[in-house]
Amino acid sequence: MSEFEQGRNLTVSVSPHIRAKITTSRIMLDVLIALVPAFIASIIIFGTRAALVTCVCVASCVIFEWLFEKITKRPNTIGDYSACITGVLLAFNLPVTIPLWQAVFGSAVAIILVKQLFGGLGKNFANPAITARIVMFLAFSVSMTNWSSPYEGTSMWIYPIDGVAGATPLALMKNGNFDALPGILQMFLGVRGGCLGETSNLALLIGGIYLMIRKVITWHAPLTFIVVVFGFSALLGQDPVYHLFAGGLFIGAIFMATDYVTTPQTNKGRLIFGIGAGIFTVIFRIYSSYPEGVSFAILLMNILTPYINKFTEAKPLGSVKK
Amino acid sequence: MFKWKYRGIYPPHNKNTQCSVVRRLPTPFEVHIPMQMHSGKAAVPAVKPGDKVMMGQLIGEMGGVVSSPIHSSVSGTVKRINDRDSVTGQKAVSITIESDDQQTLCPDIKKPSVRSLQDFYDAVRDSGAVGLGGAGYPAAPKLAIKNLDELDYILINGAECEPYVTADTNTMVADALHVYVGVKLLLEFMRPKKICICIEDNKVEAIKVMQETFAYDDNVDVCVLPTMYPQGERKVLVHNITGRIVPAGARLADVGVIVTNVTTIAVFARYIRNGLPLIKKVVTVDGPVVGNPSNVLAPIGTPIRELFDFCGGFTTEGPRKIIMGGPMMGYAVPSLDMPVVKTTNCLLAYPESSTFHPPATACIKCGRCLSVCPMRLMPPNIETAFSQSNLDALNHYNVNMCVECGSCAYICPSKRPLVQAIQLSKERLWLFKQEQKAAEEARAAADTKGVNR
Repeated sequence: MSEFEQGRNLTVSVSPHIRAKITTSRIMLDVLIALVPAFIASIIIFGTRAALVTCVCVASCVIFEWLFEKITKRPNTIGDYSACITGVLLAFNLPVTIPLWQAVFGSAVAIILVKQLFGGLGKNFANPAITARIVMFLAFSVSMTNWSSPYEGTSMWIYPIDGVAGATPLALMKNGNFDALPGILQMFLGVRGGCLGETSNLALLIGGIYLMIRKVITWHAPLTFIVVVFGFSALLGQDPVYHLFAGGLFIGAIFMATDYVTTPQTNKGRLIFGIGAGIFTVIFRIYSSYPEGVSFAILLMNILTPYINKFTEAKPLGSVKK
Repeated sequence: MFKWKYRGIYPPHNKNTQCSVVRRLPTPFEVHIPMQMHSGKAAVPAVKPGDKVMMGQLIGEMGGVVSSPIHSSVSGTVKRINDRDSVTGQKAVSITIESDDQQTLCPDIKKPSVRSLQDFYDAVRDSGAVGLGGAGYPAAPKLAIKNLDELDYILINGAECEPYVTADTNTMVADALHVYVGVKLLLEFMRPKKICICIEDNKVEAIKVMQETFAYDDNVDVCVLPTMYPQGERKVLVHNITGRIVPAGARLADVGVIVTNVTTIAVFARYIRNGLPLIKKVVTVDGPVVGNPSNVLAPIGTPIRELFDFCGGFTTEGPRKIIMGGPMMGYAVPSLDMPVVKTTNCLLAYPESSTFHPPATACIKCGRCLSVCPMRLMPPNIETAFSQSNLDALNHYNVNMCVECGSCAYICPSKRPLVQAIQLSKERLWLFKQEQKAAEEARAAADTKGVNR
């Protein structure tokens, strides 16, 4: 640039003139990174079909998002990775034996019905993966509760008890079949029957700690959610430790109850969200005909979120009452 | 002691010029001195084209009670008085003076005699001091509060929380004498219970000098605050130092506090000591494309081009955006011919690469803006209310309380133009109020007409 040209064509814009480096896609990428340990654990526990189901879900979610935005002439948003997260979370909520066409159907429900029809990222009122899981649960109740695992090699090698095949620990508890329950360490590591991403509490916890270190999520919703489930189930005379590790509590608390869009924006609101989700989870688990209640509880709290937001509105510093 | 609760952001400090010695800019060929360098009424030119003026001579008289006199920063000849663009985009009357390079001091300059509070206020007014933190509110009406006996604190704001800017730090380090004189004057005439000099903890040198300067003064505290933006915002500062909350729409004096910038008090202290009004200003010249970032003492009215040239010009990449003020709240200027004004504390030059604004994406409701807002407002709700033109909601979310610090827009991962929406919301509310007022007046006029008939 020559001396003469310098200082010409200056850009004028509104302050602030510097921005933080953080972007939406970076946040979403962090969530994906946090899901990697659970992904690896699912492959170890349930075999390579876990990877196949995950890949099918992610690919179909991304394709549905791209297609819908193409048809409705909306700006393309697959670059923000949010569809990938929906795909991974949906896959993690499915049993490993799920027929692939059903997984694709679930992805369509999540992306088109729950997310895009309400206006895309930031506008959906319910968590797409959770809602899709519930729809699939009602639609394909047989294949959604088929916990038999086609692959038991590695898990047998890690923990030589046949805990992978058969019912989930929560279902066993529900039926009073306490003798068949896996041990606590076994459940913490995730070698048990269940959805493919929910079983390894250790891997999910690692992901959660990563997200907190990266300041993507705060502790408020996950911690209150887990503590309330623990305390409330103990209060109702259940074994609280099993309620912690036996179901989808960790994946729900760490990855679903912290979804920005569908949970409250303030920390106070997040505490309320966690408490409510915890109470509903225990109620559903104990009194409903379903063994698991995390997804229903989160969906319910998603619906209540606008009210929680209204209730916990920030009070401006020195605001005058009107 | 107090409940300390900080809300804000932590941008990179970039205080590159903190240790640089102030260099004096050679007298410019001509200066353009706008008559509106403060908030309130513009000053009225007191000279005509062709007049000879001397350095320090009054060239703009106060245009009202809330206004400030303006003095010539060079000696020479008035070339023209015309409208020129100002940084805010509005036109302002401006006096162009061609320098004779002599810098003859005006013979009228003499030490004012300050014996009473009124003398003090008059001297502050005549010094041309305005809020040099950026707002530019004339210092005299700010200090002249009605409830002087209820005044508990005067906070001397040396927080300087904006990245890059080191002009106030420089005042505290290199001009500690006038800070001391200013504080002493405030103590003597205004009799606050306490004067606090507020400095962020990354300005080690300034803290040291101030602590040494005020070592023997029991009613002067040097308060060290954590480095955080916007620590220097006045309501934030009042809250963080005194624990008091300023109600919306109230003045700081209503809670017994006055906040004034540290350079402002040095300005009127210098005037009271030797009669020299505010005609020169230390300006931090910095930015990624400035050859030799430094602090420059420049006459007011100097075209900013000369300051950049003095600081080694631009590097090969060249500037794409020039900011007057800090990067968080400063104005992007349209040309290098803009003059340095009283409130200019920093000039920044950014290259093309850091000027790119990523397109805004959908709000993901992450709540980051809520957690950083120093006023605890809800920027996304305001933005939604603005896009729906919902004036009731704008009032409900207290948009007028926003101090436009830009923390929300800084932190937003979706890069939404929140400050822009808020500024436009305020304007829309203001226009609506004007319309209402006009309608009411028209109705009242119609009514009286009816009665007369």
